[in-house]
Amino acid sequence: MLTKRIIPCLDVKDGRTVKGVNFVNLRDAGDAVELGAMYAAQGADELVYLDITATVDGRSTFIDLVRRVAQTINIPFTVGGGISSIADVSALLHAGADKVSINSAAVRNPDLINELSLEFGSQCIVVAIDTRYIETENGFEHIVHTHGGRKATEIRSIPWAKEVEERGAGEILLTSMDTDGTKAGFALELTATISGNANIPVIASGGAGNMEHFYDVFTAGKADAGLAASIFHFREIDIPDLKEYLKNKDLPIRVTR
Amino acid sequence: MKTVIIKYNAGNVQSVMYALDRIGASYLYTDDEAEIRSADKVIFPGVGEASTTMSYLRNVGLDKVIPSLKQPVFGTCVGMQLMCRFSEENNTECMGIFDVDVKRFPAASGLKVPHMGWNNISNYQSPLTAGLPDNAYVYFVHSYAAPVCDYTVASCDYASPFSAMLHKDNFYAAQFHCEISGNAGQQILENFLKL
Repeated sequence: MLTKRIIPCLDVKDGRTVKGVNFVNLRDAGDAVELGAMYAAQGADELVYLDITATVDGRSTFIDLVRRVAQTINIPFTVGGGISSIADVSALLHAGADKVSINSAAVRNPDLINELSLEFGSQCIVVAIDTRYIETENGFEHIVHTHGGRKATEIRSIPWAKEVEERGAGEILLTSMDTDGTKAGFALELTATISGNANIPVIASGGAGNMEHFYDVFTAGKADAGLAASIFHFREIDIPDLKEYLKNKDLPIRVTR
Repeated sequence: MKTVIIKYNAGNVQSVMYALDRIGASYLYTDDEAEIRSADKVIFPGVGEASTTMSYLRNVGLDKVIPSLKQPVFGTCVGMQLMCRFSEENNTECMGIFDVDVKRFPAASGLKVPHMGWNNISNYQSPLTAGLPDNAYVYFVHSYAAPVCDYTVASCDYASPFSAMLHKDNFYAAQFHCEISGNAGQQILENFLKL
């Protein structure tokens, strides 16, 4: 049976992992390759590496990191952050990444999703949607945000999720900026709506604080995968414990120990 | 021992090379017929779309070379599908090593396509699965699959059973990605190289 995936996310700056609360106040959680290898050994199902450096030097450091990750770990990993062209994607896939995640560039130029999926195949194109529930002229709505969640767009998140699928995305990484960093649980209703509408897998992100939150997002939230960062980096939840817990609650889970 | 990874217009095969590096195997990445024929083991990887990869193979003549090989050949993912008779992906005539047709997963309600993630394989009957725990989990990413047939040596279930691995004579194939399937995938690659 296809299993629900547990995905640690590593925000990377200059080859090291950082994770902030609501994307500010960054704290250092260690060497990115070493941490990834540890998660793979612990039974993580996939990894996500997000490059949060914006400089040209930072980009080549990141590609070098991607290569070292691919050489070291034997599970799939997705990379994201600042990807805006076919050339960017080609360099990252060539370095050994299994999938790439695009966000702001897809919002700026939705045709990029079509172009990338035609060029490289849908299976490796993840569209990240950072969403926040804000007041608009139509009342409160889920609105797509860019630039690490700081900048609101005029795009409504729920139809956008359908559009990225139709344009050829192979997977959606849905981050609720409302719950991100709160440790109060994933945005279940929104995740269930988007995942329920989608014919492609949805990774839920933002808000994981305990093991029950993962159970909730896989059941009520209908998510295919759950992503978290700091609770894993700071060992608040151990992946083997989490997977054992979910398996004991009869969810399809890959247990490796 | 000489291992060749067949070079063609498949997508990213870098992870396959890294996986072989991790188990200490050396390899040659080439499309040269003489090199391929003289190899002890041949790996035919694949990420991509059936019709474009198949027409590339035809143009360079590899569609005739691969079925005529005598040494162990291991096709993975699209590589496996191209070793079948026909693929519904853009109605592609394939190499026909395995007499079975590759079909798209049905658009059933609630069934997400591609089938992406870790799923367990079972009913092993292959030397490649030696040493694997029962119901080992491996990583799949695909929208098309070969149904269970006479050549099926491991099966998987996604709405209905399909062939996770095929075997006929010197030809071996896996629908999943050994190179990113954790220790189970590594074991299968090692078993192939030990044949």
